[in-house]
Amino acid sequence: MPVRPPILRSLPGGRMDAGAERETAAHITIRSLCKRFENEAVYDNFDLDIPRGLLVSVFGPNGCGKSTLINMIAGLTPVDAGQILFDGKTIGEIRFGYVFQNYREALFPWLRAFSNIEYPLKLLRLPKAERKERVERLVAHLGVKIDLNRYPYELSGGQQQLVSIMRALIVEPEVLFLDEPFSALDYEMTLFMRDQLQRIFVETRTTTVFVSHDLEEAVYLADRVLLLSRRPAQVADFVTYDAPRPRTAAALSDAEFVGVKGHCLEVFQREVRRG
Amino acid sequence: MKRFNFHMFMPFAGVAGFIVVWYLAVWAQVVDPVLLPSPGQTFHALWTGMAGGQLGADFLKTVERTILSTLIAAVIAIPLGIFLGASEKLYRSVEFVIDFFRSTPASAVFPLFLVIFGVGEKTKISVAAFGASLVILFNVAYGVMNARKTRLLAAKVMGASRWRVLRDVLLLESLPQTFVGLRNGVSLALVIVVVAEMFIGSADGLGHRVFDAQQLFQMPDMYAAIFAAGALGYALNLIFLLIEKRFVHWAGK
Ligand SMILES: Nc1ncnc2c1ncn2[C@@H]1O[C@H](COP(=O)(O)OP(=O)(O)OP(=O)(O)O)[C@@H](O)[C@H]1O
Ligand SMILES: [Mg+2]
Repeated sequence: MPVRPPILRSLPGGRMDAGAERETAAHITIRSLCKRFENEAVYDNFDLDIPRGLLVSVFGPNGCGKSTLINMIAGLTPVDAGQILFDGKTIGEIRFGYVFQNYREALFPWLRAFSNIEYPLKLLRLPKAERKERVERLVAHLGVKIDLNRYPYELSGGQQQLVSIMRALIVEPEVLFLDEPFSALDYEMTLFMRDQLQRIFVETRTTTVFVSHDLEEAVYLADRVLLLSRRPAQVADFVTYDAPRPRTAAALSDAEFVGVKGHCLEVFQREVRRG
Repeated sequence: MKRFNFHMFMPFAGVAGFIVVWYLAVWAQVVDPVLLPSPGQTFHALWTGMAGGQLGADFLKTVERTILSTLIAAVIAIPLGIFLGASEKLYRSVEFVIDFFRSTPASAVFPLFLVIFGVGEKTKISVAAFGASLVILFNVAYGVMNARKTRLLAAKVMGASRWRVLRDVLLLESLPQTFVGLRNGVSLALVIVVVAEMFIGSADGLGHRVFDAQQLFQMPDMYAAIFAAGALGYALNLIFLLIEKRFVHWAGK
């Protein structure tokens, strides 16, 4: 029997729609968000619904506020005004994972990969045996082939980022945030990591917010592409791309992909010119 | 086949060259033979002194004082450095005082400490601890302040409390710099201890040994004591480097 997500009872903004597909129900609701840095408004009355169980890519001009947005959603940057709720709960009440661009500075170099991954479970005070079991389960689930007894500096860049993604996933998060996670990797590794992320997403179906500065990557991985305007950022478009998963390199030459990407580029260029 | 490895023998070449020059100087009588004994005489004095002689006892006494004062300095300066470094504003407000006393030659405060602690063990240890603690404090505080912001954010985002961030991240982040402080601190402590042993009424220690031998014109003994002091300084630095390699293998990677 399909379980109706509790979200349908608490949707703000009159978007309550009993017939809505599970996948279009909002998981994260952002209302009247305002944020200024030194008298420049980065967000001014920003509203957005992020659907449950989808991978949302965030794309926009340089410095438009992509990082600021996910940092505010993740509670890393305080908001000036407005409300961000997850099924009506605040960030402090949910489990979430955050993956930084700079894996070198985000992992703990004094801990082996295994201990890095289990660290969030330590904070949750889980016993050692359970921590070990959960890490092993995650490794098996994702089919990761890394020697977790190594220190981060003994791993390649891609492997290090994979370790930090696993560290974010180990708590079985309700939401996963990634801010340009692959931009410090070389091209070959980036291609590999995209597919790793896609596999992880297909396996877990965790609501994912993914910032990318690469439009091809943003569309390739996304269910929805959030295009932001220049500051103060508004939703320039929120494009749907629903090609079946797992998508492969062949999807990149698919007519639908090319069409969606072309549309996104058009919106983006319009926004850049406007400034 | 592997080529003969010159690099491994380079340090020995320097030592051999030094001894050869020394022999030549003695042979050519460049200096009054009373002032410059031969390497043979000197190493004989070093050997007999260290193997059960008075020099060995003095050596151990200096080791004891240096280690004790460094230990006292570390116990005070490491927690204080973490506390000050954790709040940059707090550190900035005391920075001038720390830098000022760090720049003050420790020997200049001997008279002050003599008034407080009197002639004896306490003064030597406390001046050395004072000098070393400022060096350690400064390094630890900087280590904490320069902790990677991303790493702190990562811990925070995983739900670590302030205390856990301090214990699990800040402490380890500051470790490489703390070791730099400890190495500089122990070197400074040795310098101060040896000077104190020479000039403020001491009956033992390497400083006393050097000074005594000089007063009695026992030149081989004096040179032997100087070499012992040099070896001690070198060994302390090396030991701290080895501990550092073991505990902060990850530094800079
Ligand atoms: N802590 C801060 N203090 C002052 N200004 C800031 C701060 N953080 C961000 N900004 C400014 O806010 C704007 C949005 O920054 P943000 O990092 O969110 O942009 P971005 O879209 O992620 O950019 P990029 O494409 O470079 O990653 C920029 O103009 C930036 O200079
Ligand atoms: Mg950014």
